[in-house]
Amino acid sequence: MTLPALPRPVVGLLALAALGLILAVDLAQSGAPDLFTAPPALALGSGQAPSGAHCTAQ
Amino acid sequence: MLSRRAFVTFLILSALVFALAMAGPRAGLLMAIGIGFGLVLEGLRFGFAGPWRLIVVERDGRGLLAQLLAIGLVASIAFPLLAANGGELSPAHAPVGLGMILGAFVFGAAMQLVMGCGSGTLVNAGSGNLVGLIALAGFIGGSFLGSLHLGWWTGLASLPVLSLQGLFGANGGLIVTLAGLAALAALVIWRASPGKRLPPARLWWAAALIAALALANLVVAGQPWGIVYGLGLWGAKLAQAGGVDVAASAFWANPGNAERLGASILTDVTSLTNIGLLIGAFAVMRWRADPGAPATPLTARSYALVLLAGLVLGYSARMAFGCNVGAFFSGISTGSLHGWVWLAAAFAGSTLGLKLRPHVLRAAPQPKGAFA
Repeated sequence: MTLPALPRPVVGLLALAALGLILAVDLAQSGAPDLFTAPPALALGSGQAPSGAHCTAQ
Repeated sequence: MLSRRAFVTFLILSALVFALAMAGPRAGLLMAIGIGFGLVLEGLRFGFAGPWRLIVVERDGRGLLAQLLAIGLVASIAFPLLAANGGELSPAHAPVGLGMILGAFVFGAAMQLVMGCGSGTLVNAGSGNLVGLIALAGFIGGSFLGSLHLGWWTGLASLPVLSLQGLFGANGGLIVTLAGLAALAALVIWRASPGKRLPPARLWWAAALIAALALANLVVAGQPWGIVYGLGLWGAKLAQAGGVDVAASAFWANPGNAERLGASILTDVTSLTNIGLLIGAFAVMRWRADPGAPATPLTARSYALVLLAGLVLGYSARMAFGCNVGAFFSGISTGSLHGWVWLAAAFAGSTLGLKLRPHVLRAAPQPKGAFA
């Protein structure tokens, strides 16, 4: 069994749709972020310790 | 053509406004940086897995030299920035261990099977490559599964976190890093065939732009560019939505990770740049008058193997504390010893992956009368 050759724009749109689905699931689960607790635009100069998580996290 | 390009412009602006309005200015900036990564990686064809294949198979060192140049540019600025702003910026440092080395080796092999690394999988999916989209699904699942077992892998045998700054000081660490990159570049030039040594202007520009975006990522997010954490988080979110008690696992019970699990992915640094990267790659593909030929259809068995390889890619990236971006690019450019060890192990794995690729990726037989 073989799949047909899907045009690139169709596959790209499928990727965007999958992304939209993940965002929708996340919003339903965690709700929208609280804008009042949003961090400053730049970490550098903010005086705050970095709070994000990285691939090197354990 | 106008409507297609208007759609691309609308898509990019919508993504920026959405991130800004939903999660604030930092999220908007990180979305912009991610889109920038996607535009440069796809638009200027700057990659990681491809050049690693080319230096081995065709003795073409141009892409690999561009990677080393970009890393050196980032290191030259990131080292002093980190030294002066340690309270606000953090490097990509991780321990060297048995699980980490094995993970990097397996990652190197798997990335040649799916023809894309961490960033490459996102770029391929966004630019309409079906193999990339299937591999991305596997990557998300694999990096989540890897997070569940990370404690076991790190418990095998592991050194403490070692950095070049810690070993040689901030200035000494930078000098050692740049000397290491220069030595590697000399090795690549020696190995490459004449005419395949000097990168074309396109790759010089790409290296400079990728370095600028990586530094912007560090300044805005407070941490270096990464890919795997965000994809693992997406897998955790989907598993949680499916009823899995993700928070009970050791990794996701860790306070920092528990906070990310409970909060929107729009507040997660690597998720934002990953989303932007995919959108940027899509934008380049749709902007072009010719989006390119569709990927060659594979047999069903090959697609299943691509999904499996994507799963392995994600799992091994989690074991290795990052992929080509988080461990190799960001690790080396911010002084982590594990970045160098990752490079050696992943390159060895990549060589094995190249040997396995013809057995995994088999084109589907063309029907009679079809165009080849």
